[in-house]
Amino acid sequence: MAKKMHDTPNLDELEKGPWPSFITGIKRLAKNNDMAVDLLGQLETSYRTRKGYWKGGTVGVFGYGGGVIPRFTELKDEKGEPVYKDAAEFHTLRIMPPAGMHYNTDVLRKMCDVWERHGSGLIAFHGQSGDIMFQGTTAENVQKAFDELNEMGFDLGGAGPAVRTSMSCVGAARCEQSCFDEGKAMRTVVNAFLDDMHRPSLPYKFKFKFSGCPNDCMNSIQRSDMAVIGTWRDNIRTDEALAKKWFAKHGVDELVNDVVARCPTKAFQLKQIKDIRKGEHISSVAVSDTHAVEIDNKDCVRCMHCINVMTGALAAGKDKGVTILMGGKRTLKIGDLMGTVVVPFMKLETDEDMEKLVDFAQRTIDFFAENALEHERTGEMIERIGLANFLEAMELDVDPNMVSCPRMNPYVRTDGWDEEVAKVNARKQAGDRN
Amino acid sequence: MAQPQLRRPIESGVPDNKQYMHPLLLKNYGNWKYHDRPRPGVLHHVSHTGDEVWTVRAGTQRQMDIFTIRKLCDIADKLAEGHVRFTIRSNIEFMVSSAAKVNPLIAELEANGFPVGGTGNSVSMIAHTQGWLHCDIPGTDASGAVKALMDELIEEFKHEEMPNRVRLSTSCCEINCGGQADLAIIIQHTKPPKINHDLVANVCERPSVVARCPVAAIRPAMVNGKPSLEVDEAKCVCCGACYPPCPPMQINDPEHSKLAIWVGGKNSNARTKPTFMKMVASGLPNNPPRWPEVSAVVKKILHTYKEDARPWERMSDWIDRIGWPRFFEKTGLPFTKYLIDDWRGARANLNASTHIRF
Repeated sequence: MAKKMHDTPNLDELEKGPWPSFITGIKRLAKNNDMAVDLLGQLETSYRTRKGYWKGGTVGVFGYGGGVIPRFTELKDEKGEPVYKDAAEFHTLRIMPPAGMHYNTDVLRKMCDVWERHGSGLIAFHGQSGDIMFQGTTAENVQKAFDELNEMGFDLGGAGPAVRTSMSCVGAARCEQSCFDEGKAMRTVVNAFLDDMHRPSLPYKFKFKFSGCPNDCMNSIQRSDMAVIGTWRDNIRTDEALAKKWFAKHGVDELVNDVVARCPTKAFQLKQIKDIRKGEHISSVAVSDTHAVEIDNKDCVRCMHCINVMTGALAAGKDKGVTILMGGKRTLKIGDLMGTVVVPFMKLETDEDMEKLVDFAQRTIDFFAENALEHERTGEMIERIGLANFLEAMELDVDPNMVSCPRMNPYVRTDGWDEEVAKVNARKQAGDRN
Repeated sequence: MAQPQLRRPIESGVPDNKQYMHPLLLKNYGNWKYHDRPRPGVLHHVSHTGDEVWTVRAGTQRQMDIFTIRKLCDIADKLAEGHVRFTIRSNIEFMVSSAAKVNPLIAELEANGFPVGGTGNSVSMIAHTQGWLHCDIPGTDASGAVKALMDELIEEFKHEEMPNRVRLSTSCCEINCGGQADLAIIIQHTKPPKINHDLVANVCERPSVVARCPVAAIRPAMVNGKPSLEVDEAKCVCCGACYPPCPPMQINDPEHSKLAIWVGGKNSNARTKPTFMKMVASGLPNNPPRWPEVSAVVKKILHTYKEDARPWERMSDWIDRIGWPRFFEKTGLPFTKYLIDDWRGARANLNASTHIRF
């Protein structure tokens, strides 16, 4: 039995209604756990005063410099003593999940047992960076909990100016739109940078995210310094049985209004079967005895819309790989930045391909560590020095896929023009597809 | 006295996910053909080998007590096949190898208070931050605001009646850890930080605080004989960037920290390129425990979108078609001067054309 519960009239309001209540959950913990009792006391105070009462500090585990989020209460009485002493320390362990966030019940139960012994019993699946957040324990128990989780095969994630915990979508495990082995890529890349994760010493945070297709379910383009997004180079594949089944159910109005009209580059047309073009870059599939769809894959930008709507009837091609975009982040300090293309396409199938990806990530992080200002993200650094300089340092060839349009102003020195033209021509002659 | 032997960490990194994966997912890894959705909350995937797997998706409270997690494990062991996964929005998914297992699993989840849904063109669970529960710089709570809002949106979670998928987020400060979304709720401070000059010299590394300000409004100063910092309040944009590195520069204000609503963010490349969200309302009161004023605006925007958008239009696609003037007209939200961008790159957000819908 734990100590007596505090009155929580505000929090009690959050036990009403049909959505699962975290307050009801913390109250369940509070029956046997004084830390949960006092957590509710402090949280109720925040609801009453509309103020937060946690401050950071320095708490960690032996051998690592990050991965624990320290929290000490600032809610003190007139003698300077914590008002809610059993939640005076409420530290969190960030633990990295397996790619795609797969679990069996055995491992989840073991995690619960660890956190019942050493923590508050509150676990978030998952935090916004993708970590399993074991929320609420004392400095003393941080090490005990970590030791047990670590023996189970789990490791701390990132915090502070470090490589951060990563995420990948469900991908190849259960999605027909997967264009690479997302889980393997995520694990291979992150595990190559564990020193930069566990001993924070970069100018600022660095995040990788992995999405299997341009639907980007991991939101990598807006939220990661290096986004690895699946795509393909060859033609969209088709399946006539499923195309006819789709058309029989949805009809011509939906095909025209929801698919043809929504193709961003007008690459998708509905035609009479006799008018369908033949050609190396044409995908076509009959939807009825008289009509078929025709996709000109040279015009297609791989947006995914038609494949999303007509899943199975249409599918990504077979020559799959990834596009790499760099520099995504939210506002602070220069404004929101979307990741932008630095590698339009690379294969990611063999171990050598994976090594190339790790090598590129390594060179990027080395350059970031050397050149970024303190508290400057990769996207801000690229903005400051210019994409062309970054590409040169990374030994990447320029490519018109990297821009929305060419320069719109004349304020540039072009006295190296002829040399650059010679380089482009040399690459063309070498037949390099980059 | 000898120091106790400390255990060195095993620097194992990300664990191998295959040891936890449902056997059918492992067997058909990289070999799926297509999927459909027999009903909201259920995905049915078919592999090139003909194998089929059904997935039942349910909402959770994200911050889960161990009893909730054990209950979900009991359900997974009893009515599913012992393997689960979580989505990026904290929904839990149970994979099963036969269609016959789907309905009993749904019944058990709902009987235990876990709503089944969040698939297809629904409103999924809100991506959110830590708030007063755990953050050191929060302007508001997160789990509570999300609970209150999901109580009101639960029918949209359980049905697929939206024009396209709807992704929501909440964030308890302007750093926006909740992320871009079709609709986001974010703290917007309206007053410059209140500085405790007695503490600045001991707590803050002053040059890095000065460097952190996006508008160069902070400068070193001597105040009451102590080294401190001062803020040019006319320049200050109340972003709160100085507060994390310098807690004596308190930005959160119980009265003047308001909530803003943003719409039209989209990370998918489908149809249009990815988009950032735009601020469409601010000045909403930070009103725990259930934030009714915020819920009212969110529901008004979502209902207008649901009524007016065409199939497959995300929030941003819908606004692209109808235009911003009609967005404000239809939602009844006031368009104020504060919604005209004046940050760097702002000219790109002005209407440099005669394209006007009358």
